[in-house]
Amino acid sequence: MAVLAMRDALNQALREEMKRDASVFLLGEDIGLYDGSFKVTRGLMKEFGEKRVLDTPIAEEIIIGTAIGAAMSGLRPVAEMMTVNFIMVAMDQVVNAAAHIRYMFGGGTKVPLVIRTPGGGGHQLGAQHSHSHENWFAHVPGLKVVAPGTPADAKGMLKSAIRDDNPVMFIENEGTYAVKGEVPDGEHLVPLDKNEVKRPGEHITICAHSRMLIVAMDAAAELEKEGISAEIVDMRALRPLDMAPVIESVKKTSRLITVEEGWRSYGVGAEIASRVYEEAFDYLDAPVARIGAAEVPAPYNKKLEKIVFPGKADVIVTAKALLGKN
Amino acid sequence: MKVEQRATEGRTKTVLSDKDTLLKLYREMLLIRRFEEKTAEMYQAAKIGGFCHLNIGEEATIVGTISALQPKDYVYSTYREHGHALAKGIDARAVMAELFGKETGTSHGRGGSMHLFSQEHRFYGGYAIVGQALPIACGSGYAINYQGTNEVVMSIFGDGATNIGAFHEALNVAKLWHLPIVFVCVNNLYGMGTAVSRASAVTEIWKKACAYDMTGERVDGMDVLAVRRISDQLVAQAREHHEPSLLECVTYRYRGHSMSDPDTYRGKDEIKEWQTRDAILSLGEHMKKEKMLTDDEIQQIDEEVTAQVEDAVKFADESPDPDPKDLYRNVYADEVAS
Ligand SMILES: Cc1ncc(C[n+]2csc(CCOP(=O)(O)OP(=O)(O)O)c2C)c(N)n1
Repeated sequence: MAVLAMRDALNQALREEMKRDASVFLLGEDIGLYDGSFKVTRGLMKEFGEKRVLDTPIAEEIIIGTAIGAAMSGLRPVAEMMTVNFIMVAMDQVVNAAAHIRYMFGGGTKVPLVIRTPGGGGHQLGAQHSHSHENWFAHVPGLKVVAPGTPADAKGMLKSAIRDDNPVMFIENEGTYAVKGEVPDGEHLVPLDKNEVKRPGEHITICAHSRMLIVAMDAAAELEKEGISAEIVDMRALRPLDMAPVIESVKKTSRLITVEEGWRSYGVGAEIASRVYEEAFDYLDAPVARIGAAEVPAPYNKKLEKIVFPGKADVIVTAKALLGKN
Repeated sequence: MKVEQRATEGRTKTVLSDKDTLLKLYREMLLIRRFEEKTAEMYQAAKIGGFCHLNIGEEATIVGTISALQPKDYVYSTYREHGHALAKGIDARAVMAELFGKETGTSHGRGGSMHLFSQEHRFYGGYAIVGQALPIACGSGYAINYQGTNEVVMSIFGDGATNIGAFHEALNVAKLWHLPIVFVCVNNLYGMGTAVSRASAVTEIWKKACAYDMTGERVDGMDVLAVRRISDQLVAQAREHHEPSLLECVTYRYRGHSMSDPDTYRGKDEIKEWQTRDAILSLGEHMKKEKMLTDDEIQQIDEEVTAQVEDAVKFADESPDPDPKDLYRNVYADEVAS
């Protein structure tokens, strides 16, 4: 097992899948000659050539449209959207086309397509470059939506996503690309529909995905010092949403916090909370607490921005409050 | 690279020879240059955060186009807009303060480098999404026609933006609805690391106007007088005849795409070659030859402009951060709870 940064784990997954299956190709802005704006596709054009690593114009709608058509015509495209903010330009292709084509054509075709896209805030990039929109995609039947928070999961889930016959939104986070972790060499597949406990605990359950998984793990380490044992459930599989480990955990701890980087309203946490109320209401000793970004377009100013995005302290304070320990 | 211009220059009537106008152009270009050099320094000193895209090298295009406008005319820009804001008359203090994220900035520290704005100067924003502002600019054009006033809209964007759907939608309706818009493509030959020839089927961007039966022009974007002449003409065409146009200015950014771009995709020689055609030096030389400017005066202008930039930095540095209690201000026009 090697210790890899998230971006290198993703790179390894792409390389392995391209070697394994000649129908896999990559397309996106500046992914080839430039090695990708976040360097996830580094070296791949050199290795596989321009036909399999296609630099596109800045034209998100054509990127997704081309990927859909290619997917329906026998290829397995992996499209990179430079950031999730830019995919808004192509929402019609993603929602009205990619997600719905198979169903509305009566199962006559399939769309084996992966859309990789980073999101997230905290880099002083302002309102048009800072948000997390997992819930927008997770709302749509026909899409699979995943958001790994460790390099091992990033590799394993990307490989699974490429082999999947459905359109998969593969959501990354700019703040995690340099985060390192152990990654199994070679064939390592992580299912797209299984969430899992990343840290066992007794007193409280914390659900988080992507960068917030890291934040929650840090918070749990701190809480441990104060005698609070938090169980962390990684919500890497957002659609289909695997609730089993959450329900099981809540039955044990009776308290739940959801943490997401996006806005709370109508968010991932809202969905998780509803499911818990439906399936495990009797086990709860307190209302579910939801942590998310402040409900404003991200401000540029550093101090304001710090207030907006959730951090370790928010998780700790909320956990203690839920346990009556403030 | 030699820029083939379109053979329409003869049609322009404007004569650009009076000293005051040339001095103004010179000073504005130099202000942008010195402002941006300082910006790079302040970015490295971590006074400025986020993405930061500089205008160094593109001064002639910026000043040549925007100086053809009246104060009430509208400008829409992109994320590479510090120079555009200065050329539209926004105080260097307010621009620098925004880059510093301060309450005194053009967007009260909420927007940053990519989102400058001034209602008063009709500078209708820097937008960080490629191509996004072109349809919005059409809305201002429509409002002008609707209200029966005679302003002009200038919509400025890069060559990369001309491959996105919004560009084509905007040009189509601008022509269809006779909107008074000058679409200015700042063709600096690259969209991030991708050369225009690798991204656009048509590398002569002005030709894209043909698809919409619109006037298309190409000009050497390193020659401020040439840019100004053609801009005068196209602005007049918009104002008087309510006819939109597409102007391609071929220019070059001396620095990387943004402050975080290592700029490995362009040769040093290519950059050097463009620098030999530097617009500011060229205009200075021209004015010296015409006996409008002496070396001493050049020196003096530089000192004044440099002092103005220093003052802007001092102002920005001493200005207050936004108050956290105002975090939710302006999410809605009527201050409802989010
Ligand atoms: C819709 C969209 N896609 C991608 C990006 C990322 N991006 C920012 S600037 C840029 C290059 C734009 O090039 P060009 O239009 O030529 O303008 P220049 O930067 O050269 O001034 C890219 C790809 C974006 N901001 N918006």
